[in-house]
Amino acid sequence: MTTTLTKPPADATPEPPKNGRRRLGTKASRAGGQHHAGPVAYIILAVFTLVSVFPLFWTAVAASRDNARLAETPPPFWFGANLFDKLEVAWEDANLGEAFLNTTIVAGISSLTIVFLSTIAGFAFAKLRFRGRGALMLIVIGTMMVPPQLQVIPLYMMVAKLDWTDQLQAVILPSLVSAFGVFFMRQYLIQALPDEIIEAARVDGASSWRVIWHVVFPAARPAMAVLGMLMFVQTWNDFLWPFLVLTQLGNPTVQVAVAGLGRGYTPDQALIMAGALLSTLPLLLVFAIFGKQIVGGIMQGAVKG
Amino acid sequence: MSPPHDTAAAPPAKEGGAAPARPPVESPETLRKRARLSRRWQRDVRWSPYAFVSPFFLLFVAFGMFPLIYTAWASLHTVELTAPTDMEWAGLRNYTRIFDDEFYWNAAKNTFTIGIISTVPQLMMALGIAHLLNYKLRASNFFRVVMLAPYATSIAAATLVFVLLFGRDYGMINWFLGLFGVDNIDWQNDKWYAQMAVSSIVIWRWTGYNALIYLAAMQAIPQDLYESAALDGASRWKQFLHVTLPSLRPTILFTVVVSTIGASQLFAEPLMFDANKGASGGPQHQFQTLGLYMYEQGWVNQHLGRASAIAWTMFLILIVVGIINYVISRRLRASS
Repeated sequence: MTTTLTKPPADATPEPPKNGRRRLGTKASRAGGQHHAGPVAYIILAVFTLVSVFPLFWTAVAASRDNARLAETPPPFWFGANLFDKLEVAWEDANLGEAFLNTTIVAGISSLTIVFLSTIAGFAFAKLRFRGRGALMLIVIGTMMVPPQLQVIPLYMMVAKLDWTDQLQAVILPSLVSAFGVFFMRQYLIQALPDEIIEAARVDGASSWRVIWHVVFPAARPAMAVLGMLMFVQTWNDFLWPFLVLTQLGNPTVQVAVAGLGRGYTPDQALIMAGALLSTLPLLLVFAIFGKQIVGGIMQGAVKG
Repeated sequence: MSPPHDTAAAPPAKEGGAAPARPPVESPETLRKRARLSRRWQRDVRWSPYAFVSPFFLLFVAFGMFPLIYTAWASLHTVELTAPTDMEWAGLRNYTRIFDDEFYWNAAKNTFTIGIISTVPQLMMALGIAHLLNYKLRASNFFRVVMLAPYATSIAAATLVFVLLFGRDYGMINWFLGLFGVDNIDWQNDKWYAQMAVSSIVIWRWTGYNALIYLAAMQAIPQDLYESAALDGASRWKQFLHVTLPSLRPTILFTVVVSTIGASQLFAEPLMFDANKGASGGPQHQFQTLGLYMYEQGWVNQHLGRASAIAWTMFLILIVVGIINYVISRRLRASS
């Protein structure tokens, strides 16, 4: 948060140190943050942290064991020797190389497109005046409520008619727009882009596209990055539509491929865990690096306008 | 949603040519040029907003709106998956048929109970965690990021892991409960336990996300509200009840709506929680949701028309939920 902004210069007026700290604290922290967390709070949070992380950790543990060990009580809590073997087998069995490539293509194309289209549309809704703006924005918000189940049947019919089943464009095309994205960028640009800057660019004779390239995109960069990551996570994890439309195992996404690992009468549990781990690893990596920004982005998008 | 802020209601754009006192030294040539530029500029201002929003709407109409309406049309026909373009008019038969279908009602009931037992604890825990995260906290960013880790996990991966954790004979959860003398629970075949297990996957994945949304809203509450409440002698608990909760009402309603939508669409969790990975939601359909039932009708039994009818009933249920929410929020606003 912005506590650093209120740090006093070193030669600040001599005040009783304790008093000064406390006063700063209340000023710096926002609502409700005036109390320090007690030990109970830390314990509860630690428990929730454990619950959040344990299944992920244990996925790796289970992937490193063999099935006989997994079928014992108590179950293993620490790594065995098989992790890399199992990862390798899972990689080959589920054809994960191709699946990773496909999912990266799908998630990459759709998140980039969503970010671009959401930024220009969000800018128009946030800062430009045009007839029908309010009504169109209501439609955008309303579409966030439509369940995807309503769309999959006709989409499936369209795709079948175009002979696109088991092809990546069938997954990519419907995921190129996001109502949430438009809403998110609009919220951000309302606050982050002062009207004066646009007007100044206008007075200098810039066309709308120049304004977009030279004013809006630079100003929106942080939000674009966060939206891009959120959309990447979402498309990477998408299951229903790829599952329906990529039915032949030759060309699936990671999620469909990993789901396929669980089939069969005597499934190899350690192998399944290895696949689950592999499918999640790239996103966990993204979170490890950009976690703070993603958290900030979700919280930013949550504050209603 | 509250009406959009009218930040863009800026004064009318200043037009270049309208400057009042211009020295009259310019040739007619430059004046014409200026007029032409100004016209182009006006056209740009007038039409570019539509250019900026139209790609979204074009794609949305093709892949969002058209399918929505077409589903309604398809639900009035007999359509088979094997020949999706051969449609035979059926009137309301698909609807009357599903209303007489015990599996439809079973799925509706399951969706409802799983929705309740996944949404209510999830949002309440999220509220509590957000409250804790709102204290002055060491390593607050660490807690926030870590609690979001489940959100990064895909449904497929999470469900596979939970299936193993919920195993009857060697699962870790039964082992843990066994430490307290609880007998092994058959999480997959017992109706209530299976529904709880499916709900726990949802709770695990979404609690941290919702906590962050609540935290954001809590940080937007003005500090003076707490100060004056403290002056009036309100305890921290009273402050939470009488300041935090009322201020969060719009956010809470928002998350309720979003979680309800999510719960009504539950599909991949029950699909993959089934030991046979079938669409029936367990051998006795004990955790088959509407989403799963729609899939079973459409893609297993190949009746796309019937599946469309199920999809539309799901949408209608959501509309009803939306209206109830709207009424509640209006009542609450009126009473405060």
